[in-house]
Amino acid sequence: MAELVQEQAQPLPPGLAERRRIAIVPALNEEESVAKVIEEIRAFDPGFDIVVVDDGSVDKTAAVARARGAYVLRLPFNLGIGGAMQTGFRFAFERGYDLAVQIDGDGQHDPRELPKILAPLVAGEADIVVGSRFTGDGAFRSSFTRRIGIKIFAWTVSAVVRQRVTDTTSGFRAVNRQGISLFAADYPHDYPEVEATVMVVKHRLRLTEVPVTMRERAGGVSSINAWASIYYMAKVLLGILVSVFRKHATPLEVDE
Amino acid sequence: MTPLKVSIAGVIASIALLVLIFELVRSRRLRERYALLWLLTGVVMLVLSAWRQGLNTIAGWAGVDTPVALLFAVAGLFVILVLLHYSTVISKLADQNTLLAQRLALLQQEVEERSSTEP
Repeated sequence: MAELVQEQAQPLPPGLAERRRIAIVPALNEEESVAKVIEEIRAFDPGFDIVVVDDGSVDKTAAVARARGAYVLRLPFNLGIGGAMQTGFRFAFERGYDLAVQIDGDGQHDPRELPKILAPLVAGEADIVVGSRFTGDGAFRSSFTRRIGIKIFAWTVSAVVRQRVTDTTSGFRAVNRQGISLFAADYPHDYPEVEATVMVVKHRLRLTEVPVTMRERAGGVSSINAWASIYYMAKVLLGILVSVFRKHATPLEVDE
Repeated sequence: MTPLKVSIAGVIASIALLVLIFELVRSRRLRERYALLWLLTGVVMLVLSAWRQGLNTIAGWAGVDTPVALLFAVAGLFVILVLLHYSTVISKLADQNTLLAQRLALLQQEVEERSSTEP
């Protein structure tokens, strides 16, 4: 009898099933990829609720996502990834979710990597887990200037938080209830990932990186062009510098 | 050459501006996005005030007899840039505000329609 060769998904981390969990999918003009992202999350774990935050798309992103049964929060105009993600965190906070994971609507975050990202959260070993492209074997090709920028951020953030952080710009991350409550109250505006990393550590949340492989984006274009990258660099470095001197934000009450 | 007192005053004013901007960002009264042009202004003014020989040279290129006039001109130029920047920001905010009010009116109508049809 021939063996059944079947692509078996990795087993769900034990204890995941008891948590109320939600995937926040920020999307800007991703009508071509958002349906696939939703289906892949469901294939990984049908118990995941999905909220698509439509950040002012001019295509059918919202309709496509709604047709797949996801919650859809349509922003009346583009807030940028920071404002969009915070909308998702507010939703997760008000609806009482225990776990939230960010999965970009362009398809670059592979839901099959979720077990790695969720395991430390479910085990109670971390409050925020970031999928890193640079630890372990996660091969990642990128332009020279982009790699330099990523190095500068990693070095600066590691120095500020006194913990080795390799991938500060990764959006593939998950937080527990504490993280949801913090991000619902306070989340950086533009290009938020780097500052959010500093923020969580300053709030004494435990940060862990796990190696992941990311895919080429399935559709859409990267939000970062040449001019924007100068602004990106200056804004983020200023943000890090300021956060060193900043008092804590006030997180919302965790239990109403 | 610029009078030394003017250079010192310029340096002090530039540093005061930089510190003020930083404090505004730290206390969340100013977003990073809108602080960057101000910070650039502060840095340029600081360099031009402190680097007196440089200011002289640049004034020579520009055909300005008194270097200190160049200092004022550059400061004025940056203020115009910042103002123009904020004009575009206000325009964008006004557009978004209109959109929000319209969206709210539509939602309110929808909510009232629903609550009046429900038993």
